Order: sequence, then structure tokens, then C-alpha cells
Amino acid sequence: MRLLTFRGGIHPNDGKKLAKDKPIKDVLPKDILVYPLSQHIGAPAVASVKKGDQVLKGQKIADAGGFVSSPIFASVSGTVKGIEKRLTPTGSKVDCIVIENDGEYKEVEYPPVKPLNELTKDEILNMIADAGIVGMGGAGFPTRVKLSPKEPDKIEYIIANCAECEPFITADYRRMLENTEEFVDGMRIILTLFPDAKGIFAVEDNKRDCIQKLKQAVKDEARMEVKALQTKYPQGAERQLIYAVTGRAINSSMLPADAGCIVDNVETILGIHRAVSEGKPLLERVVTVSGDAIESPGNFRVPLGINHQELIEAAGGFKEQPEKLISGGPMMGFAMLTLDAPVTKTSSSVLAFKKDMVSRSTATACINCGRCADACPSRILPSRLADFAERHDEAAFIANHGLECVECGCCSYVCPGKRQLKQSIGSMRKIALANRKKK
Amino acid sequence: MDEKLNVSASPHIRDKVTTGSIMLMVVIALLPATFFGIYNFRHENAWLLVVVTTAAAVITEYLYEILMHKPVTIKDCSALLTGLLLSLNLPPTLPLWMGALGSVFAILVVKQLFGGLGQNFMNPALAARCFLLISFTSRMTYFVQDGVTGATPLATLKSGGSVRTMDMLIGTTRGTIGETSVLAIMLGAIFLLFFGIIELYIPVSYLLAFVIFITIFGGHGFDPQYITAHLCGGGLMLGAWFMATDYVTSPSTKRGQIIYGICIGLLTGLFRLFGGSSEGVSYAIIISNLLVPLIDKFSLPKPFGKGGEKA
Repeated sequence: MRLLTFRGGIHPNDGKKLAKDKPIKDVLPKDILVYPLSQHIGAPAVASVKKGDQVLKGQKIADAGGFVSSPIFASVSGTVKGIEKRLTPTGSKVDCIVIENDGEYKEVEYPPVKPLNELTKDEILNMIADAGIVGMGGAGFPTRVKLSPKEPDKIEYIIANCAECEPFITADYRRMLENTEEFVDGMRIILTLFPDAKGIFAVEDNKRDCIQKLKQAVKDEARMEVKALQTKYPQGAERQLIYAVTGRAINSSMLPADAGCIVDNVETILGIHRAVSEGKPLLERVVTVSGDAIESPGNFRVPLGINHQELIEAAGGFKEQPEKLISGGPMMGFAMLTLDAPVTKTSSSVLAFKKDMVSRSTATACINCGRCADACPSRILPSRLADFAERHDEAAFIANHGLECVECGCCSYVCPGKRQLKQSIGSMRKIALANRKKK
Repeated sequence: MDEKLNVSASPHIRDKVTTGSIMLMVVIALLPATFFGIYNFRHENAWLLVVVTTAAAVITEYLYEILMHKPVTIKDCSALLTGLLLSLNLPPTLPLWMGALGSVFAILVVKQLFGGLGQNFMNPALAARCFLLISFTSRMTYFVQDGVTGATPLATLKSGGSVRTMDMLIGTTRGTIGETSVLAIMLGAIFLLFFGIIELYIPVSYLLAFVIFITIFGGHGFDPQYITAHLCGGGLMLGAWFMATDYVTSPSTKRGQIIYGICIGLLTGLFRLFGGSSEGVSYAIIISNLLVPLIDKFSLPKPFGKGGEKA
């Protein structure tokens, strides 16, 4: 069968063999856990506990701050130490609830769950919202908002984004292998909300065992299908994924719903399963710890709020002092300036590299080789846009479709002159979008 | 430990290909043509002209950057490539100082004065060749092989004489040092295509447009022997595979590259058939270089989601 894909993209060394075959291990946290009030897109959550309060595992500690927002739950039992500014993995300082773990893991009593066929759509959506589910692939967009499009009848495809196209990360891969039933159940719940939609599991071809296992799991599900995608970065980018699966292309001013699609990540769909079928809020996620500076790379199921230092220790610590730490994948993740940051809802991995390729390369002149344009999945001209950005020529930047950039980083990756194309374009794009909002 | 961590914007990994490695690959691809030329013109000591011209290009770049307090970029091999390309475009008996002067012109005037690598609007080696052609016309059109002076096959063809296409294919004819052997050039071109350094868009549209032009206007109709002789003669193959494909002076999109290839093809045909000289490749390419900004402007690709997504 022909593999589904899109135009452009790159084939970096995927590094997945480091952690691919390491089963998910549970990690218990030490004494301090930190919960940023803003770990999703939208309004920050509002703390509902204060210093000195005793909390139980699974207890809500912050309420959603609006419709586009999400509540936060304690992942351990213990005492609230305070609400203070702390660093997040992305390098910003935000208000965080700090909880001291009492080590007893006393859990709240969850309300009994009803079978799926007795739940109304609104009940399901509320359960998802109240469980604090957000897009856990990196964006952190509140899932209930995503699942409430303007015209629900026009949704034809629910796409489970099983591409995991970022190099080194294997968290979704392990989840699909080890939690197949729960994953399919999560999809079943979403499909209940959209009676006319088909559920598509879109998996990159480098995960043949997942494709086999999922096909086996959905063979009696009339509304679900597994589709194999070509292994290529950024196959998991929302627009590229929708195009690969449906042949429909959306641009920056459209939403997936305009193409009749809703895309959700593996970990998110598992969160939906736990929220609706088990009545449990979002307390944990799987994080890949990998890279050539890690003693024994692996995949770890950790409570949200655990410190990155403990995560590295769970993987045997550093083999060698790393030059670079990355939260997320090497293509779109954030360079961390310290390990002292908590795991949030969107932390898919932490990578440690002995050598930092970026600091070892100096930017030289553009030789107009066109490699960036060939690699660009948005089919724009990165070298030219970066020139406009560096000259701060906003009008030319917009006229040359600079706003279509998805910031996947393919251009910077392929550039033989080692120019920071994505960085220039990304900065200009943020300025242009902000100026547009002002108008 | 924290202060030892590097922080930078994503992506955090980079491809191994660098500007230097690309330039070096092109230099390697030119080696078959270079060595064949040195062998073919061994009685004329062509090797000396190749060495002097190439060295002059690298030294000019080095001295200019030292004097202007700029970072020295000779390690990126681009000056080496320019010097080598120029030398392959010179007749073997050219006085050494003329070759060196050509290199100075290429690097100093065409490349550095316009801002260095990536900023030149014309191919430096070809611009230097045209500069030498205008300045020293008789020396630049004086062709010797094995000690025997005579016309190049292309000149013979133009004056209505007959040529041996087999010799032209192998390269045992008169001409500039690197242009005579189509086989050696194609060997290098296949190497570049295989490693993805160049693509077919420019050379193929160039050659096709040229063949169509001479079929219509050459006065021989579709005569395979005449066409083959034209394709194998002069600087056409060297130009199509190694100079028209220069990244800096060619359009960046596929559509633009095809338009650009057609432009060079038509101009080459025009100059060869109706011009005063039998040659036309160099002028055709540098004139088309000047059209590139215009071509780029009109070949802006459609973005994804606005019609540009189809493969």
C-alpha cells in the first residue's frame, strides 16, 4: 500500500532505538512537586488551595480560569507549601502551586462512572473538561474546546496523531504498545461525540508493531481504521497530518474543523479514556528520557509536577556532563537552562546531549541553494522570509506568506549555511500576529 | 552544572551538509574534466594554467578579506571552485598572468565588491571569462592541441565544415581546457546528481530549449548528427551542468529554474547561430543571471493550504 504523506519535510537521524524497547517504568516522586498554573493555552488556572492546606492525590488544586482554560490536580497527597513564581521547562517564570509530598499517596474517592452509552454528549465533554485534559503533544490546547467545534455535524474524521515524528521520543510508541485497549477506548469515547465521524489512527511506518497491534485491536470496530504514514518529519504536524490522511489542505487562517477533522495526540486520548471510563483526572503522563548523555534512556510514567532532576536520576543520571538539555523533541523542543523545573501536562520528553550542534556551527551567507524551500512543509521560501524578518520588513514578510510558517524547523535543519532561519521567521511571525490583533 | 548548559532556539539538530562540503563536492565533480584537460593539453602545459588560475582566486579572496578585516572564508572552498571553473574555461595556451588576472577580476570585482559569497549577481568565473574574451580576444580564441593550431570543432561546424562527433564525445579536440570531453563532464554531473547537489530542472530545460531552437533555426532541420555536434561542442555541457546550476545566480524555485533554463537555451542558440562568434554559452548564462531576480519575482510558489500542497 502506498504510504500517506505530504510535500517537503526532512529525514533526520531518529535516535529512537535508544529508548524504543524500554517498557514504561513508574517513578515515584520525592518530597517537592510543582504545578504551574499556566500549563495550557488560554487563561491561567486559578488556585483553589492556600498555603498550609492538606491535599489528597486527585484533589483539584486550581480551577479553570475561563472557557479556554483547564483545572489542575494534585498528583500526590501532602501539604501546600505555597504559591510562588518558578521556572517552567520552557524557560518562563509563572505562578506555581508547590506541594510537599507526604509519601502516603492517599487518594480522593472518585465518583462512580456510568457506562458510555448512558452518558450524554454534554456529560462526556464536561467530564473531559473537569479532568483537566489538554493537548498533551506540546500545544496544550484544552481538549474540551477542541471537541466543541461550531458545526459538530461536519466533523468527518477524528485523527489520532500517532506519528510521533520528533526524533528520540518514544513515549507515544510505548503507550500504543502497552495501553492499546485504553487507547482504542479513548477513541470510542470521542466517536460517541461525533456519530458521523470515522476514527483514524495515523501511525508512521517506522512503528510497524504498533500498526499491527492497533489493526488487531480495531478489527471489530466498524468506525475505526489504522493508516500507515511515511516516516518523515514533520508528519505529525497537524496540517500535514490532515493532508496525508484526507488529502485536504488547510492554511493558517483555517481550523482542522474546516477540513472536517479533529486531531488528538496519543497521551491526550488516553487522558480522555481515564477521565470518562475511570472517572480520574489528569495526574500523570509518560515522558521519554533519552539522548547520548543519559546513562540508561527509557520511558517513565511520572506524576505531573515531578522535578526534571528526579526524572534524569530515574534514567541512571548523566553518563557525561551534557552541553544541552531539551524539553520536548530536538526539532521543536525548548532548550532548558536548568533541570530544576517540573514536568507539566505538555512535557513529552527530556533529552540530554553531550554535544550541542547549534553552538558548534556559525551562520554564514545564504548561497540560495533552495534546500530550505524544498524542505518546507508550508511550501514557502524560508531564506527569503528570514531576510525580510532580519530587515524587519513586515509588509514583504506577510506578502510572501510568512504567516503560513508552522515553525517546524526543517529550514534551519537543512541550511548548509547554518542560518537560524526558523528563529528569524518565528520572531517576525509573532510580531506580525501581535500587530494584526491590535488592528 | 547549570551554567554549562547551552540555550538556543529550536531546532537543536542540524544536517551534516555545509556550504564548504557542497563546494568541495562540486570541485571533486570537476576533477575528471580537469584531469582529462591536463592530459589532452599536456604539450601545452595546461596544468600550470590550472594551478596558477585556481591559486590566484584563493589568494585574492584571502588577501581581500585580510585587508578589509573580514572573516577569512577560503575554507568554504567557493574561491577554489571559482578559480578552477575559470581555468577550465580558458584556452590552454593563455599566458599565465592573464589567467591570474581573470581570477582577480572574478573574486575581487564580481564577488567581493558586491558583498562576497551569495551576493554576486553573476557567475564570477563566467563573468571573468567574458572579461578576458573582450580584453584579450585573440589570445582567448587561439586554440592549440598537440602543438597544432586550428579551429575548434564548433567553429568548423559554424563555417559549414564536418566534425568527428566521437572525438568530441571523448574530448580529444581543440577547445578550452575543461570543455572538450563530454564524457568527463557527464561523469562529474552524474556524481552531483547522485548526491543531490544539483537537480535536472536547469540543465534539462536548458538543453531541450537549445535543441528545439537549433532544430528550427539551424538550417539542418532535425538532423541528429548536427544536433549531437552542437551539444558536444564548445562550452555547452560544462555550462549546462556546472555553471548554469550555480545556486547563487539561479532561481530558487523549480518553476523559476525551468524558465531560467529555457532562457539560457534560447540565448545560447541565438548567439551560436546568429552571433559573430561560434560560442555563446558564457554570454547566455551571465545574461540570464541578470534575469534571475525578475524570474524569482514571478515564480513565487503557492503555500500549503493555498494550492501549493500537491506533489
